[in-house]
Amino acid sequence: MELKQLYREIVNEHNLRPVHKGKLENPDLVMRGINPSCGDDITLQLKIENGVITDGKYVGSGCAISQASVDMMVDQIIGKSKEEAIKLAGTFMGMIKGEITDEESIESLDEAASLQDVRHMPARVKCAVLGWHTMQEMLEHPEKANDKVEE
Amino acid sequence: MAKIGDYRKDFDILNSGDYVYFDNAATSQRPNQVLDAISNFYRTANANPLRGLYDWSMAATEMYEDSRRVVADFIGAKTPEEIIFTRNTSESLNLVAYSYGLDNVSEGDEIVISVMEHHSNMLPWQMVCKKKNAKLVFLEPDEEGVISKEEYESKITDRTKIVAIGHVSNVMGVTNPVKEIAAYAKSKGAIVVVDGAQSTPHMKVNVNELGADFFAFSGHKMLGPMGIGVLYGRKELLEKMSPFLTGGEMIEYVTRTDATYAELPHKFEAGTVNASGAVGLAEAIRYLQNVGFDAIEAQEQKLTALLMEGMSKLPYIKIYGSKDPKKHCGIVTFTIDGVHPHDISSVLNDDHVCIRAGHHCAQPLMQFIGAGSTARASLYFYNTEEEVKIFLEKLAKVREVMGYGA
Repeated sequence: MELKQLYREIVNEHNLRPVHKGKLENPDLVMRGINPSCGDDITLQLKIENGVITDGKYVGSGCAISQASVDMMVDQIIGKSKEEAIKLAGTFMGMIKGEITDEESIESLDEAASLQDVRHMPARVKCAVLGWHTMQEMLEHPEKANDKVEE
Repeated sequence: MAKIGDYRKDFDILNSGDYVYFDNAATSQRPNQVLDAISNFYRTANANPLRGLYDWSMAATEMYEDSRRVVADFIGAKTPEEIIFTRNTSESLNLVAYSYGLDNVSEGDEIVISVMEHHSNMLPWQMVCKKKNAKLVFLEPDEEGVISKEEYESKITDRTKIVAIGHVSNVMGVTNPVKEIAAYAKSKGAIVVVDGAQSTPHMKVNVNELGADFFAFSGHKMLGPMGIGVLYGRKELLEKMSPFLTGGEMIEYVTRTDATYAELPHKFEAGTVNASGAVGLAEAIRYLQNVGFDAIEAQEQKLTALLMEGMSKLPYIKIYGSKDPKKHCGIVTFTIDGVHPHDISSVLNDDHVCIRAGHHCAQPLMQFIGAGSTARASLYFYNTEEEVKIFLEKLAKVREVMGYGA
């Protein structure tokens, strides 16, 4: 898929009308993720009950690809166990880096799989993986996930 | 007399496809004359300069030192010894910070820079201030990017030891009143370091008229190769300074425990030098002098005016810096409502238009002007009206691609 088509058919909808953007009441984990070179800046907030992600939201700003990617990601991980979410993060990052190409793995990402052509856009890889990287980091190191949420 | 459009044929990369290259403030393209000069050095005179006692090494030395003379003449240095070849502006400024700054700044002293500085004229001074418990003071411009007399006269004081200022801002495109600032700094006993990375490619520079004690610039932004830069330093200051890097070919005598250093400029050029880079830079300077800075400025101003006029017709675009295209040095930094600069750059790239997006290595300035990041189109004399037209046409479509209206 070429870039403009990717924007028009997938990214713009999530960027302009995000579903999971906002502040979460009493989150259990909060972590800020930044791409210093581009200025993409998100703060991801998750609620965890019995090892399952029961709710999630994010605040922040950045390019359309970073914001759309995190919105799709939150949609995808709500209801998943921490382990499943971490595995999905590995799959997503593997897909974007071109290391994971088998269809079954990629389909497990559901709508987030539609960003797979970002792997042909090296300058945008960091944007697409920011949310996933942050989520993986906060689940693997919950002791670090106590950032403040600023809107 | 040659027309400005005649020079474009010398740049193979610009004629190799349908790309519009508007990222000249990041790096320029190089004409065939420069590429040939580099190649010619390796083909005809390659040996390690400054060492050998045989013909090829002497030829290499001659070409290298001739390049130094060309650079000295180009910026009005009094002698070639005042020209130190470095890798780039960043290295030049680091040299001054380490070799001059650390030895001449003490606790309680102040270093004055502007909030518009590129990180390369900011971080070295942050380093000196941290190590020496000195204070870093920031000059702030008005909305058009202008640093007023009141501003610099209130911040440069008897405590100021160094004033380090960009000649032209790589974001706002504004030319700072360096001559006036330098005169005032001198009256307060401070020395003046000028970052000329963005000015030297576009205007005639004379370091003595400016009042610069140090003046740094890069070859690659002015048709020269990457990896060659220049530090001009006033001879009296350079002579007193310790070497920045030590090692080969910067010594006089070496014993097991001690060394005395070579004369200027070699004291500051440790190791095998970038001779082909210096030769390429000298050729770039000859090329620019042949085009002429009057013609360069005229073309850039004509194109910038067209560019800004076209952009101002799009109500959702904000241009930073002066409203006067003549005060932009070919640099037009802008944002589009609702579209992140990285998306602007990616969408334009899809149309083969190359511009920069991001913080332009000037994060404190981005914070100051209240933009997380911005997009930047930057021109050079080889760009054309046709390219400006294409840019404007493609730019007008970006918001639609990003999902705003039809």
